[in-house]
Amino acid sequence: MKKIKKIKIKINGKTNLIDKDLKIQKLLTNLKIPLKKVAIELNQEILDKKNLNKVKLKKNDKIEIVHFIGGG
Amino acid sequence: MVKLETKKLRIANRKFNSRLIVGTGKYKNMRECAKAISLSGAEIVTVAVRRVNISDKKKPLLMDYIDPKKITYLPNTAGCFNSKEALRTLRLAREIGGWKLVKLEVLGDKKNLFPEMIETLKSTEILTKEGFNVMVYCNDDPLMAKRLENVGACAIMPLAAPIGSGLGILNKVNIKIIRKQTKLPLIIDAGLGQASDATIAMELGCDGVLVNTAIAKAKKPLDMAVAFKNAVIAGRQSYLSGRIQKNLMGKASSPTDGII
Repeated sequence: MKKIKKIKIKINGKTNLIDKDLKIQKLLTNLKIPLKKVAIELNQEILDKKNLNKVKLKKNDKIEIVHFIGGG
Repeated sequence: MVKLETKKLRIANRKFNSRLIVGTGKYKNMRECAKAISLSGAEIVTVAVRRVNISDKKKPLLMDYIDPKKITYLPNTAGCFNSKEALRTLRLAREIGGWKLVKLEVLGDKKNLFPEMIETLKSTEILTKEGFNVMVYCNDDPLMAKRLENVGACAIMPLAAPIGSGLGILNKVNIKIIRKQTKLPLIIDAGLGQASDATIAMELGCDGVLVNTAIAKAKKPLDMAVAFKNAVIAGRQSYLSGRIQKNLMGKASSPTDGII
């Protein structure tokens, strides 16, 4: 079996090792992120949640996943 | 029986019965926060945008306690110190679920937490052009309030005193001047310490107040939530009722005729 290459990306500031060419939709499913309650940024650009299945992750990508918390 | 006011608080063409907006930060836990909101009668709550905790997904989510379908979420930019950060935060907030009504708060100093008004003005203009309805946290400066209005703010929200200070309204004159010059919703945001401060804000003619710390950090937050609810209603009613003239000397309340 061909070994899948791993790449380093950052999710919310922390380094993660993921499969190369992993789609962001799959990553978020793996992380059990409730898509309706979050917004996602890839390299400082907001991603349209409808297109998550089209975006493949590359080396050194920076993902931010944010939601609402209590605040004044 | 006197009929109470039925005029609603109108912000960016949305109507609200309650004139009290509450923050959702600093509570002991989500349960207490949700209960306080319910007791306060608030229909708008401010919320912050932060990173999802990827490693601990068992942490309770705000949306599980406060239903955004029933209570209007007002995303804020607390913790932003320049226009770039504030714009990024609110664009993300809009992406979460289509929020267009937002609270802009760009701070200029980590100690006194006063608003950085140049960046605030710049951000208000950009956000308005992008279709946001921007409620703007600002200092109590009538000239700056006017400029915010001119670039499209949908509500003017001057501080009473520094955020979380509990000092109450420090400059009533400026608040009155701002009230006189604008027809936009005027909401006192930050610095209130107790329920009577909210009454004073309403008596000055403000359309509403925004409170977080004074409720969340009171010894009994739930009781204080009720106190603020009543204080806002009392202040509004008092304002609409028209106060008496102030006099230097006393005026007897009982008739002077027929004294034995």
